[in-house]
Amino acid sequence: MEIYFTKNHEWAKIEGNIAIIGITEYAASQLGDVVFIDLSEIGKEFKKDEVLAEVESVKAASDIYAPLTGKVIEVNSELDDSPEIINNSPESKGWIAKIELSSLDETQSLMDKDNYNQYLQTL
Amino acid sequence: MLKTSPLYSEHLKLGAKIGSFAGWQVPLFYTSILAEHKHCRKKAALFDISHMGELVFQGDIKASGIEKAVTPCLEEIPLGRSRYGFILNQAGGVVDDLLVFKIKSDQLLFVVNASSEAIDYKILKEIISQGELKNISAQTAKIDLQGPLAKEILKRVLSFSRDISYFSFVEFGFKEEKILISRTGYTGELGYEIFLPNRLAPFIWRQFIACDKVKPAGFGARDILRLEMGYNLAGNELTDTITPLQAGLAKFINFKKDFIGKSALLEQKDKGVEKTQVAFVAESRKIPRPGYKIYSAGKRIGKVTSGTYSPLLSAGIGIGYIGAKYKKSNYPIYLEDNKQNKFEVQIVDLPFYKKGSIKGSGLKLVT
Repeated sequence: MEIYFTKNHEWAKIEGNIAIIGITEYAASQLGDVVFIDLSEIGKEFKKDEVLAEVESVKAASDIYAPLTGKVIEVNSELDDSPEIINNSPESKGWIAKIELSSLDETQSLMDKDNYNQYLQTL
Repeated sequence: MLKTSPLYSEHLKLGAKIGSFAGWQVPLFYTSILAEHKHCRKKAALFDISHMGELVFQGDIKASGIEKAVTPCLEEIPLGRSRYGFILNQAGGVVDDLLVFKIKSDQLLFVVNASSEAIDYKILKEIISQGELKNISAQTAKIDLQGPLAKEILKRVLSFSRDISYFSFVEFGFKEEKILISRTGYTGELGYEIFLPNRLAPFIWRQFIACDKVKPAGFGARDILRLEMGYNLAGNELTDTITPLQAGLAKFINFKKDFIGKSALLEQKDKGVEKTQVAFVAESRKIPRPGYKIYSAGKRIGKVTSGTYSPLLSAGIGIGYIGAKYKKSNYPIYLEDNKQNKFEVQIVDLPFYKKGSIKGSGLKLVT
């Protein structure tokens, strides 16, 4: 299992041709208390960098972009009633969607953990 | 250059996330907006509200002509009490909302918003024909202690045990300085607004923070707390093109006296308002944010001026203005966000939250 990161602070864990998508610890702490998440519809297809979901904290509404192209096959419906899971466990229980990937090649344009950590140092 | 309060370094020590508000650097939150909101509703929260302006008038109220500047009747305010009201423009629009404290029969304290402090001072200064007006904002700090435990904590921390009724205040000697403690607030909970000289502020702040039942709360929590009570925010709900009648605040206007904007308000009273304030609860947790459009049956009828997420209702809540003819209870309205996504809301009566400890005697500290 590999994990990749974007400059928009999403992560994607790759399991076969499925990617589990969420937001990073950094993104969650920047957002503050998440109170609402507008999840995408199952079956909907997204191109890389299209808006996949919207997360609202008390402070602001933020777009979550699809890190990779594919079709949504599952969303984390626990977030409907308990959006605070995103703050408590952004990189695990707070996952947002599972995507069936069109191609694995796109992962080359994403950062690995070390590169992402280096990127955070520049912010 | 943003201004900072005398408590700024205290906020940094407490790990506050700093933001800007009305030209000031202020603490947005220390740990979490929602946790701080909850602490205020359940126990007691401490807020640094030093950005607000304080203007002191000294002189013969009647002879000075100062009554003309504001909507409450200054002469009628009993000693030791305060009143809420407005400075209006000629069209009846709100220049600022304020509290007036009657300190002596010839001494008034106006507590005004930071964003309008300069214009308020100018208006009052130009109106008075005698007496003295001083802007003491730069030397004055303000700490709010709010929550059901506030009374007990005040007693413990300041050894202050006098009962103060709602909208009353007392002056209190402390380390050869004067502190004014007012039983008012912006949260809907039992609480106090404490006005004090800058140099005392860090000491008093730390004394409160040292009390284990008190937690600091930032502007994020304060905005949720005030909105759950339906309290207006100057700059959002109250602007120079909105009158108190449109904002549903007619009860704070004394029509028996003369004041700037009175004739415009009388005309509006007679003809009826064209737009009016409305409060609504979202059917989801989605937050109605300022600027979102309000629709009814496909027609745009107004816009949102404030909104947040209410942890007590587990829903988005908001306030806005719509054409007066559309305001009926249960009139179906919906909102449109900045991306043209529509979402359902229900018109409700204010306050959103009705169970605050504001007028009660509060809880006893259990130690």
